[in-house]
Amino acid sequence: MTAIQDTTVRAQPRTLSERITRAISKSPVHIILGLIGLVWLVPTLGLFITSFRPSADMRATGWWNVLVEPRFTTSNYERVIEAEGMGQAFLNSLFITVPSTLAPLVIASMAAFALAWVKFPFRDTIFLFIVALLMIPVQIGFIPLVNMFRPTGLLQNYGALWIAHTAFALPFGIFLLRNFFITLPKDLIEAARIDGASNWGIFRTIVIPLSVPAIAAYGIFQFLWVWNDLLMALVYAQRNAIQPMTVRVTQLLGTYASEWSLLAAAAFLIMIVPLIVFLSLQRYFVQGLLAGSVK
Amino acid sequence: MAVANPPAGTTGGSSGKATGGGFSWAALFFMGPAALLLVVLLIFPTFYSLALSFNRGRGGQFSEWVGFDNYVRLFTADPNFLRLGFPPSGALWNNVLWLIFYTSLCVLLGLIIAVMATRVRYEALIKAIVFLPMAIAATAIAIIWRFVYFPSSETGLLNALLGIGGVGPVAFLGSPDTVNWALIVVGVWGSVGFATVILSAAIKGISSEVLEAARVDGANETQIFWRIIVPMVSLPISVVAVTLIVNVIKLFDLIYVMTNGGPGTSSRVIAFAMYQEAFPAGRFGYGAAIAVVMLLMLIPIIIFNVRRFRTEAVQQ
Repeated sequence: MTAIQDTTVRAQPRTLSERITRAISKSPVHIILGLIGLVWLVPTLGLFITSFRPSADMRATGWWNVLVEPRFTTSNYERVIEAEGMGQAFLNSLFITVPSTLAPLVIASMAAFALAWVKFPFRDTIFLFIVALLMIPVQIGFIPLVNMFRPTGLLQNYGALWIAHTAFALPFGIFLLRNFFITLPKDLIEAARIDGASNWGIFRTIVIPLSVPAIAAYGIFQFLWVWNDLLMALVYAQRNAIQPMTVRVTQLLGTYASEWSLLAAAAFLIMIVPLIVFLSLQRYFVQGLLAGSVK
Repeated sequence: MAVANPPAGTTGGSSGKATGGGFSWAALFFMGPAALLLVVLLIFPTFYSLALSFNRGRGGQFSEWVGFDNYVRLFTADPNFLRLGFPPSGALWNNVLWLIFYTSLCVLLGLIIAVMATRVRYEALIKAIVFLPMAIAATAIAIIWRFVYFPSSETGLLNALLGIGGVGPVAFLGSPDTVNWALIVVGVWGSVGFATVILSAAIKGISSEVLEAARVDGANETQIFWRIIVPMVSLPISVVAVTLIVNVIKLFDLIYVMTNGGPGTSSRVIAFAMYQEAFPAGRFGYGAAIAVVMLLMLIPIIIFNVRRFRTEAVQQ
């Protein structure tokens, strides 16, 4: 990044007038970027502030009035977590997301390993076929899978969501990981084979440890994908007690269409985990999302 | 499926305990779980939905063969899906609006922000700010923006700003004339960060000598933008555009939470129509037909992707 900036910074301004000229010529850039920054920050900030305002204040004045009448409360969070069931929904989101992330991680890694390093007939054709499956919309599965799951009772617990999320995550995971595994040094893997290592041994002791960045990127992408999903949960979680936060919030919207303090608190409960992931694992996160650009 | 049962073949690996003995089992062991899930949960349902789309599909079961009726009705007799006239309307038409305006605005704004950001010290910060909505659930983005659009001059941010100019509160999401534009703005807000980050990486790949040479020759920044930067990152632009187009075809959460397709049915999109027809309305054959239309819209992109990776796969 610094290298790039160096190329755009030309000769240092020598005189005061030169410096002023440069500042003025650059000021439109600063103004536009400043405005863009505001447009991208202020809506979220406004909701964040609202989530801590007493609802009487929220109904009377805009959130920007906290500048003149700073009154804050955590009661909105207490109410949505306890009385409105967002606490249970938070746990549901977690119970849905963790297995739906770990299962495809394991299954896709194994398949990607076979496609990269185990020779078998039609291997490359099968890989291209999986690339084609990347684009199958989840809607294609709704009716057949609901029919398939209904007699099993899986729609009444987390099972249907786990299975559906895992299956629809596989093409992307296999695609991403196979393309990463194939770049690992061939000599290393051949040497291990000559030393008598099994495929499983090579997979576990060489391929996986060397592929942590790609696996982390896929894991984060899948975690956020499931955590943030609304549509699959609407279809495959057919009992209130198991529904994730995204579904619970839409129900709150139906009941409290303009209770913004409550809705804001609920929205931030959904956002908190992804924001923590974003701020702590930003590098893998961006890689994951960029790699996801083919999904 | 060839995937499910790989014949005994050549393998580079020796046998291992976990692979269950003979070397030909290695591929099956590693591919098996994925192959089984893909066949049962993706490939079989694709054919099931395709077959159901030619059926009435009462109760989600095959009840009565109706030929192309569902498709004919979708494109000619369902104003909620497509109404040709002036102006056209319906879910499919709304997708066209999204396709044109969401895609081009994301790419254009992404390019502009990426180019401008390289010229300031706080480049990383501005990119992080614009990228942040990528982390947020569409459900949360929808609530953030319902609040921004809230039709009250006292508490809705946008209407408070309009109120300063003496304009009365506008119900952006409550009028068929404005609702789709208001939604597209939110979609763009959510996706520009993606375009910015990808295009920014591409722009940094442009040799600084090229840009310097243009400047020395007297090109101004606008000319450099349109005549040098845009042509030189045309491939990343097409990759970004394809991703955004896929987003448009799959767009659901934002619509469901912000407007539930309303007012009336004026902000429906195709993925919303599929959900609505199949589940709350219980028209399963009809819903399956919409899912198949979605798949057909994605097939050009499947071909694009397979072509892109065929060369690489064959080299291995």
